[in-house]
Amino acid sequence: MLTCQQLAELVTEYLDGSMPLVKRAQFQMHIGICKNCRAYLQQMKMTVRTLGHLPADPVAEMSPETKAELLQRLRSMGTKK
Amino acid sequence: MLAISQECMDGQFGLAVPLLRFRMVESVHAPSESELVARLRARDESAFVELINRYHGQLLRLAGAFVASSNVAEEVVQDTWVAVLDGLDTFEERSSLKTWIFRILSNRAKTRGVREKRSVPFSSFNEGASSDEPAVDPAQFAADGHWASAIRPWNEDTPDKLLSTHESVARLHLAIESLPANQRAVVTLRDVEGLESEEVCEMLGVTEANQRVLLHRARTYLRTVLDEYVDRR
Repeated sequence: MLTCQQLAELVTEYLDGSMPLVKRAQFQMHIGICKNCRAYLQQMKMTVRTLGHLPADPVAEMSPETKAELLQRLRSMGTKK
Repeated sequence: MLAISQECMDGQFGLAVPLLRFRMVESVHAPSESELVARLRARDESAFVELINRYHGQLLRLAGAFVASSNVAEEVVQDTWVAVLDGLDTFEERSSLKTWIFRILSNRAKTRGVREKRSVPFSSFNEGASSDEPAVDPAQFAADGHWASAIRPWNEDTPDKLLSTHESVARLHLAIESLPANQRAVVTLRDVEGLESEEVCEMLGVTEANQRVLLHRARTYLRTVLDEYVDRR
C-alpha cells in the first residue's frame, strides 16, 4: 500500500499516463480512499492547466530593425523551383 | 463571428483545410502550419511576420532558460530565425513546423549556454535530476507517511482566477524564472508550450526518466507557489 508521501512523488508519472498497470492500480486505490491525496492530485492538475494558459510576456517583441533584416533576407532568397 | 480554434487549424485535418479557410466576414483566420509553410516557400512576407508573431515570445522565454542574459537570448532567437529561413526549403514536414523551430532554438541555446558558461553545462543537463531526493518537502508528512495537515482542493475556477490576476501571473512567471535551467526548460516546453514528452526529450537531449523527474520537481515547486494565491473553499 502506498503512503501519501510516496504517492506525492508519483503524481507526475501518473499524469503522464506512463505508469505500469499494477502501480497505477495501487495509485488509484490510494486516491480512492485518501481525501488529502485526492486534493493534492487535483491541485497538481490545476497547476498544469494554469501553466498551459499562461499569457505570453508582453515585453518579448522583436525589434523593427531585426524584423526588417529578416524580411530582407527572405526577400533575397530565390523561390524554390 | 466564426472563430476557428488554433488547435483545429494546426491539426492534420488535410481534407478539412479548404473548408476551414472559407472566410467569414468578421472571423479571425489563423493560418494553419501547412498554409504558412506553403506561403513561406512562395516568399510571402506576411506569412513570416505571422510566424514571428506566433513564436517569437515563446522562443525568447525558452532561450532564457539556457543563457545568462536577455541580450544573448535575443541573439540566439535571431540566429534561430535565420536558420529557419535557411532551412525552409529543405524542411520535410516530418515534424510540425513549431517543433522544428523549437528544436533549432534548443540546439543553439544549449551551445550558446555552454559557451556563455551559464549555470548548467550541457553535459550535466541530466545531473540534479536524480530521483533520490524527494521533490515534495518531507516536512509536509508525518512519520507514518500521511500528510501532516489536511490538503484541501482548490476551487474549480482557480486557474481562471489566477490567470486573470496580474499579480499571480507575474508571480508565476517569476517562479518559473527562478527554477534551475533544466527544470525551467522542461516545464516551459511541456506545460507552458504543451509539447509532447518525446519531442521535449529530443529537443533537450534528455532521457524520458530524467525529463519526468525534472518536470516533477518543477511542478511540485510551482504548485506550492500557486497555493499562496488560492482561495480556500
